[in-house]
Amino acid sequence: MQTGSRIGVVTSIFIFLTVMALPTVSLNAEEKGTAGVNTFNRLMRPKSERNQPPAQDGIHDPACEGTNLLLPPKEAFKSMPELQSGNYVDWVQALNKKLIQPRYDRKNPNEEPVIFELDIVREVKGTMPDVVYPHDRHTQWLDCSNCHPDIFIPEKGKNVISMAQILMGQKCGVCHGKVAFPVSECRKCHSKKKDGKDSKPAAPAAAEAPKKGAK
Amino acid sequence: MIEKGVLIGLWQKRAWVVMMVALLATLEVVSPAMAEYGDVVINNQSDKAGMRPPVFPHWFHRIRFRCKVCHADLGFKFQAGGNQINMLKIIDGEFCGACHNGEIAWSVENCDVCHSGKPGTPTQVHGSTVQKLIGTTAPKPDQKP
Repeated sequence: MQTGSRIGVVTSIFIFLTVMALPTVSLNAEEKGTAGVNTFNRLMRPKSERNQPPAQDGIHDPACEGTNLLLPPKEAFKSMPELQSGNYVDWVQALNKKLIQPRYDRKNPNEEPVIFELDIVREVKGTMPDVVYPHDRHTQWLDCSNCHPDIFIPEKGKNVISMAQILMGQKCGVCHGKVAFPVSECRKCHSKKKDGKDSKPAAPAAAEAPKKGAK
Repeated sequence: MIEKGVLIGLWQKRAWVVMMVALLATLEVVSPAMAEYGDVVINNQSDKAGMRPPVFPHWFHRIRFRCKVCHADLGFKFQAGGNQINMLKIIDGEFCGACHNGEIAWSVENCDVCHSGKPGTPTQVHGSTVQKLIGTTAPKPDQKP
C-alpha cells in the first residue's frame, strides 16, 4: 500500500510539474514570435518581421547617425497594395492607383512616360501557361534602351530565355528577383492558358491518340 | 525497351522539377540579414578607405523616380558595383550627384546618410534571388546581363 501511494504521489507531482511547465514554455515562445522547430511555417518570414526599420535590418550600422535619419520602409508602404514577395508591395498597382507619383524626368515633375502597348506572348515548353510580356507596364517605368538591344534583341524568335538564366540574374532576372517582383510570383508572367488540349488535363482517349500515331 | 537518351531526358526533367520546387520553397526563407528587398550595398572602395559602405534604398527612390531616370538618363548600369562611382564624380554631378546636389535632393555633406552600412558588408543587391542561390559574391565588372 505504502509503496503504491508513494508512486502515486511522485507521479502526480511529476504530472503537476510538467503541466505547470508546459504553458510557460509555449508562452515564452509566443512572446518571441517563434516556437522553435514546431512553428507553423518555420522557414517563412512572419509579417511582423517584414520591412524592418534600417537600424534593425542587418545591413545598416545602428551605430551610424545617418541610419536613424532614414525613413522606415513600413511607414512608406502603409497605404500601398500588398504583394506576397519582394518588398511586399505591388508597385504597378501603386502607380496605377496614383498612390505614388514617381517622376519620369529628373527635373520636370510633369513629364509623362511614352506608353507602348504591345503584349508579347512567349509559348513555353512543358505544362506551365504561356508567358505574356506586357510592354505597357514596363514602359511606365523604363525606357526602351534599358532592355533593347542589350538584354533583349527586339525581334521575334531571337531571344532564348530560360528560368535558369532568370534565376541567375540574366534576361528578365536583371530586374525580376532584384528589385521587381521575384520568380516566386509564377502566375504574374505565366498567365496565358495554352490553347486546346494542353490547357487542361487531357481526356484519356485524347492522350493516347498521339502515341498510336507515333507507332 | 527505353533508349538511354530518353531515360536521361526523363531524369533531367524530373531533376529540373525537383530543383524548381526546392528553390521556390527556399525563396521565402528567412535570411539572417533582413534589409529591404532591392537595397544595394556598394563596397568597391569604402572598406579600403575606412568609410562605411553606402546603402542605396531602391524602394525609397522608386517612390520618387521611375527606373528610367537613373538607368537610362543617368547611365547607371543594372549591376551592383558595376558602375565606377566615386565621390569626385558625384560632386561633379554624375551618378548620385545628378540629384544629390542641394537642388533636387540633399547634398553630399550628409555623408552618414548614404555611408550607413555595416563595415565589411560586401557589394550586393540585398535579398535578390541570385544572392539567395549563390550568396554575396561580387559579380565580375565585365559580366554581361
